[in-house]
Amino acid sequence: MILVREDLCDFCGVCVSVCPPDCIELREAEIRIDHEACTECKLCVYVCPVETLEYVETSHERAV
Amino acid sequence: MNERYDVVVVGAGPAGSVAAWHAAIGGAKVLLLEKDRDIGPPVRCAEGVAADSLKLVVEPDKSFIQNEIEGLRLYAPNGQMVPLISDDRGYILNRKVFDWYLAQLAAKAGADVRTKAYVNGLLFEDGHVAGVTFQSLGKTFRVHSKIVIGADGVESRVGRWAGLRTQLKLKDIETCVQFTLGNIEVDRRYCDFYFSRNLAPGGYVWVFPKGDGTANVGLGISGLEAQKLGRSPISYLRDFVEQKFPGAPVITTTIGGVPVAKTLKRIVTSGLMLVGDAARQVNPVSGGGIVSGMIAGKIAGQIAAEAVRAGDTSEKFLKRYEKEWHKAEGRNHEIFYRVKEAIHRFTDDELNAIASSFLELPEGERTLVNLFKIALKQKPSLILDVFAIFKDQAKSAMRASV
Repeated sequence: MILVREDLCDFCGVCVSVCPPDCIELREAEIRIDHEACTECKLCVYVCPVETLEYVETSHERAV
Repeated sequence: MNERYDVVVVGAGPAGSVAAWHAAIGGAKVLLLEKDRDIGPPVRCAEGVAADSLKLVVEPDKSFIQNEIEGLRLYAPNGQMVPLISDDRGYILNRKVFDWYLAQLAAKAGADVRTKAYVNGLLFEDGHVAGVTFQSLGKTFRVHSKIVIGADGVESRVGRWAGLRTQLKLKDIETCVQFTLGNIEVDRRYCDFYFSRNLAPGGYVWVFPKGDGTANVGLGISGLEAQKLGRSPISYLRDFVEQKFPGAPVITTTIGGVPVAKTLKRIVTSGLMLVGDAARQVNPVSGGGIVSGMIAGKIAGQIAAEAVRAGDTSEKFLKRYEKEWHKAEGRNHEIFYRVKEAIHRFTDDELNAIASSFLELPEGERTLVNLFKIALKQKPSLILDVFAIFKDQAKSAMRASV
């Protein structure tokens, strides 16, 4: 699962621009990932300028 | 608010505001929506523009010109400085004021403007984009319009909702961080660029002076390199600043991404146009997108107004914008895209060699075009591709797109 560290996020939207299933929603100061739609490709993790996004292995549990 | 507009523009950056401005001048009833509380901040930009190209869209005003630039200096990986001569001047803008100024032009031309207005969907009628839904201060609004102009930046989703392919590949995004440093010693006449795989793989470092001992010091690295190396731009920037400006106060931290792609294959569909970063209308070599986005905004706004007057907002009619854009800038960007790919393939040693050869030229011949000529000699395979076109186009293109 991709986790967002909201304390680091600057809401710049780079992650949104590369997301294949378009599952990231960016508002003024709020970012939401639709974990159901997310394919865990991690592209967003690679491009985040400030290491806000983190991939965490979860076998079954899907937190919100 | 449950009104009808001719044109709704999503995003009040330079491309969006200029589109709204020109659509309003053309007689359209326009609504300009911005998701943030303010127009301008948060600035996600190094703020440099070429003076002549800015003038194609708006007369420079001292309220938004932070500094005037006389020249560009490139630094090779070995530290060798390569000054470029040029007749062109540049400006470092104050984007907080600039974006506000452009939105004001739209407002004065008759456009309605709303901030804190988050567009979360499109309306459709018979497969034709017919408006937007947006949320603002706890309420949801539906606004019908004949045309929607998506100017929603690198993170654009408006195009996707209408079925346009906007997703960026990792090689086509620069992931960037910038510090505005204070109390540093920089020559305010020059914009400096540092190239090296160690400093910014697949990108470069910029130092754009804002005057009064301040400068935008930032860098972008290719998304592909970020993936390969497992390093983010913030770690590279900390290293650079530590080395060049140790201990400098960080007045502003700016984070963002720059699409360094060719313009999207499709930037219009029935009732919809994309402009600026949303349409990937950035010069892929420099990463500069302010003026090119404004040029696109101007064309899109004019054609949107024409379409409204003609009562025809079909994809076919709106394609005029696509065509005009390619004539104005898009074709040049395709050339620059190839140049970008070439630059990213150079090793540091090759870049050092290019710098040395270039510095053997007499001072009066040290132009950007000649630098590219020397660079292309290093990679003969690219010559067929780029060089022929370069001869006649590069000069005017460079001027317009830095």
